[in-house]
Amino acid sequence: MKKIHVTTKVNGDEVEFLCPPEETLLDALRDRLGFSGAKEGCGTGDCGACSVTLNGRLVCSCLVLGAEAEGAEISTVEGLAHGGELHPLQQSFIDNAALQCGICTPGILVAAKALLERNPDPSDSEIRYWLAGNLCRCTGYDKIIKAVKIAAAEMRGETA
Amino acid sequence: MQFVTAQSTAEAARLLAESGGAARVLAGGTDLLVQMKSGMVEPATIIDIKKIPGMMEITEEDGGYRIGAGVPGQMLGEHAGVVALWPGVVEGCELIGSTQVQGRCTMVGNLCNASPAADSVPPMVAANAVARIEGPDGSRDVPVADIPAGPGKLNLKPGELITSIFLPARPKRASDAYLRFIPRTEMDIAVASAAVSLELAEDGSIAHARVALGAVGPKVALVEDAARAIEGTTLDDAALDALMAACRAACSPINDKRGTVEFRTQVAGVLAKRAALIAKDRAGEKQ
Amino acid sequence: MNKITREKGQFKVVGTRVKRPDGIDKVTGRAQYGADLVVPGMLTGAILRSPHAHATINSIDTSEALALPGVKAVVTRADFAALDDDEMIDIADNCLARDKVLYHGHAVAGVAAKDAQTARKALKLIKVDYTPLPHVTDVDAAMKPGAPVVQSGRQEENVQPEHSENVTGYCEFGHGDVEAGFAKADHIIERDFKTAAAHQGYIEPHACLASMTNDGKADLWCCTQGQFNVRSLCSAILDMEASQLRVTASEIGGGFGGKTTVFIEPVALALSRKSGRPVKIVMTRDEVFRATGPTVSSSSTVKIGMTKDGRITAAHAKFRYQGGAFPCATYSFGAQAAFAAYDLEAVKSEGWNALTNRPKEAAYRAPGAPMAIYAVESVVDELTQHFGLDPLEVRLKNAARENTKAAYGPTFDQIGLVATLEAAQKHPHYSAPLGENQGRGVSCGFWFNFGGNTCVTMNLNDDGTVGITEGNPDIGGSRASISMMAAEELGIPYSDVRTIIADTSSLGHNDVTDGSRVTFAVGLATIEAARDAIRKMCGRVAKIWGIDEDAVIWEDGYAKPSGPNAGDFEPMSIKEIAAISSNTGGPIAGHYEVNADGAGVSFGVHLADVEVDPETGYTQVIRYTVFQDAGKAVHPDYVEGQMQGGAVQGIGWALNEEYIYGEDGVLQNAGFLDYRVPVASDLPEIDTVILEIPNPGHPYGVRGVGETSIVPPLAALSNAVSRAAGVRLHELPMSPPKILKAITDRG
Repeated sequence: MKKIHVTTKVNGDEVEFLCPPEETLLDALRDRLGFSGAKEGCGTGDCGACSVTLNGRLVCSCLVLGAEAEGAEISTVEGLAHGGELHPLQQSFIDNAALQCGICTPGILVAAKALLERNPDPSDSEIRYWLAGNLCRCTGYDKIIKAVKIAAAEMRGETA
Repeated sequence: MQFVTAQSTAEAARLLAESGGAARVLAGGTDLLVQMKSGMVEPATIIDIKKIPGMMEITEEDGGYRIGAGVPGQMLGEHAGVVALWPGVVEGCELIGSTQVQGRCTMVGNLCNASPAADSVPPMVAANAVARIEGPDGSRDVPVADIPAGPGKLNLKPGELITSIFLPARPKRASDAYLRFIPRTEMDIAVASAAVSLELAEDGSIAHARVALGAVGPKVALVEDAARAIEGTTLDDAALDALMAACRAACSPINDKRGTVEFRTQVAGVLAKRAALIAKDRAGEKQ
Repeated sequence: MNKITREKGQFKVVGTRVKRPDGIDKVTGRAQYGADLVVPGMLTGAILRSPHAHATINSIDTSEALALPGVKAVVTRADFAALDDDEMIDIADNCLARDKVLYHGHAVAGVAAKDAQTARKALKLIKVDYTPLPHVTDVDAAMKPGAPVVQSGRQEENVQPEHSENVTGYCEFGHGDVEAGFAKADHIIERDFKTAAAHQGYIEPHACLASMTNDGKADLWCCTQGQFNVRSLCSAILDMEASQLRVTASEIGGGFGGKTTVFIEPVALALSRKSGRPVKIVMTRDEVFRATGPTVSSSSTVKIGMTKDGRITAAHAKFRYQGGAFPCATYSFGAQAAFAAYDLEAVKSEGWNALTNRPKEAAYRAPGAPMAIYAVESVVDELTQHFGLDPLEVRLKNAARENTKAAYGPTFDQIGLVATLEAAQKHPHYSAPLGENQGRGVSCGFWFNFGGNTCVTMNLNDDGTVGITEGNPDIGGSRASISMMAAEELGIPYSDVRTIIADTSSLGHNDVTDGSRVTFAVGLATIEAARDAIRKMCGRVAKIWGIDEDAVIWEDGYAKPSGPNAGDFEPMSIKEIAAISSNTGGPIAGHYEVNADGAGVSFGVHLADVEVDPETGYTQVIRYTVFQDAGKAVHPDYVEGQMQGGAVQGIGWALNEEYIYGEDGVLQNAGFLDYRVPVASDLPEIDTVILEIPNPGHPYGVRGVGETSIVPPLAALSNAVSRAAGVRLHELPMSPPKILKAITDRG
């Protein structure tokens, strides 16, 4: 069985990899390209731990084939911080104790960033529904929702 | 296994026909990849149709909209025209999976997964949406209601694929709504669902209605009796009771891990009632 | 014995909300979890699992699999050591079945291959000849005489003869004359309850990477709640010396008790031994649900008598738990915890464990307590409804206090139940108005908390900063809390301390992260290790100053002369002491080892408001408040996080989470689609109120806080539903079909 050659962009950098046709984008990111920030919690699109954006849309990378990434632009959690400076969401998650074990955190950060790009001032309910596909078993979500709100306020230039 | 990025519908249809059933069409992949993961399917060929011209587009046509087979739910929800004309279809489509799944899942994929619980299918049936099918013998248009043949089964011939869905034009004072019951607020498969599409007469009564139920039989059902029960009424209590009774009479669900026969039957009626009220409000707002 | 040395108002670091040291790694994707490690030459391992709920294994033929190109090793139970300890045999049998498969998904063989596709292909080539056997998955059915026997010869002597051979254990706790107590009651309610098995639902599937070389040395990387326990179990199963197996705990993506044992680790080691290559095994979510431990399911009967003014006169409970195909002791925790919140004159609590054809139960947050306390709190609530009494008043009237003799034996020290009940009573939530179809439920919760074997090393770095080496994986912020306690004791800034989690070759034994023990026991050992270092630092300074060691005291990070020498010398800072340590006797370190007791029990009270849709049976939680005695809250954010997280797991258990088995004994919902953990949009804010009743068993008054919070939601929600919908359910989960049926049946 022949592997497929894929050229794609991850966090702005052009990369290439070879993968079997059935390999998921998640496995390609983790095992071929070393972006292990995206996690496999279920492999069926039910937990959101593998969230990345593909051409600007939030997706579960476990439900995308690596081959589909040809010519695409992908953003992962590794692309959130710029240099040494954390994205306001990342800083807010640390400051507001929005993670316990941290396994769901990369997916939630990527998802929350996608939300704030569409809606810079979401209500609690909008955040909760947007993040409904990101399971967190540790926090009960409370501090996650608050951290997203605080980061959103900061990104709007308001002091929370 | 091979992965092919089809460049035309003809190519996709040819590959499908040649495969003798061993090929699968990839649009959003939110069902296909799950089935591959579980070992339920092991396709010899995966045909990605998203690069075929028109697949990712929503186009106005005869006062209605043609929606390409690759259009994800989220994109549908971003289209002001479709949202205004067929809000129930959009809400059905937007209920498929999570935000992440919304970035990928398609109405055509939802239809072709052939689950009686598919969220976008009851509103499409209520909308009298039409599927465009391309195959070795060319193209044909078939009402969405006639596509499912039973759980996991479609009325498609070998080599055929659905390339778009057409949502027709409608009178001004008309709207639709879709509701489903799930045990949580998100991330579940419908235990029962109902879509109601209706048009109002000048006096505000219901001139015409279509009611479709999901997850209460082997396939999504258009319930004529339920529509008749509310036509000519203003959804007074008696009409709503008759609507619920007609819906419940049309249910033939199963007991499974997601719900009981009694529960599904009971709730299907409640959802139809609530969806009818929402649809009527929406239609009324379009004065 | 009161060990408290620092009280309220004396803390500088403890009680603040500092930033956790692993935060940046975890928000940037840099943190390495179980599945994230990659080493050269690594093979992919996969496990063949039973398609039967119960079957005899006649033979396993691995020859075809081994012949597949790219397959490097195949292992079965025969590759494990011969064992004689029953508990150890059970663990090994659960990792790879011996002569019978005991549940659907039970591991039968392992394969290591060049990649995942080859490994999966190889699994299909292993030929297992089974003879299917009758199976049983329900606890009540399993206890009946004539039930299919899951394992024979496992019954303890005190089990009554009327039960089937599946009943492995019986226990009884209590005191007083129960019959006389019931005679004094104005009303007695007796009810039967059932609860479904719930899975811990950690988002990270089990994963490990084993590397053994042909000299018998091995390294194992895995996500676990206890690397030392993994070493004990794996070295026994693989017949290795403990010294030859180094286990490193990865970052752990949730455990909640479920990662306190081994599943794939011995298999990976055996595969590595056979193949001579590193082997990585990562479970799928399906495997996690089918083959790792959920908690027990239960059937229980609770009878309580009460006077019309709300005094409980007697209580008697029977708890029947099934913990899968192997004996477990969870029933005993349930029977002991059941009545802990009450000061009772007459109480009897009995428990039984039964074997079933289900996966081996693993600990889940306060194991055994939620289902027992659910039943008790439901009956207490029904009695308050019967008499028209206030639910919190009744609980206060009967509340356990200092010097109460608990139903399970001990007499309580300083405990926080009354304080939490009073806080709940005063909270605006309790008096907030409710709308139509809404109801408010109350429940108490309890957990014992544990201490256990612990050791900690504190190293003074040459610049005066400090490294703490501890042996318990950090699941929810413990590195931060340990660093905080070290900084507090040493009188230095939090930022000067870095805590790392040692592998098994770098520190002495530490018990697994369970029983909410880490902040308590590791914290205690850290404080003592810091004191050990302080004694040494004071000794060095005493030498420099030429005065008695006793005349040097430690304050705010400085050694100071005291007594007759006070003011004679300039205080020396920890940095100065470190800088010259090579001249005063060499490096300075503190160490402490202990089998800690005095963990201090924990009580909580939850208030839950729900709205029930009378037409669909759908329950929405609309307001929720957690009150819990945390002892001294070291890092309040993470204490709140434990309270919130446990509450939400309990909410899931109460409303929708359950293991659903078919007639064929196959689990029907082995995925997050139909095993329904709460999602963000299901929930309201989870409000928290921390009470700080100091635990006399810890220098700072710390109690474990991790587990109690999962206990009250079960009854709090059931009690709320009974008030919102006017129907009381006696079974969990209260899924919408059950609630709607109850509403419909009532008419």
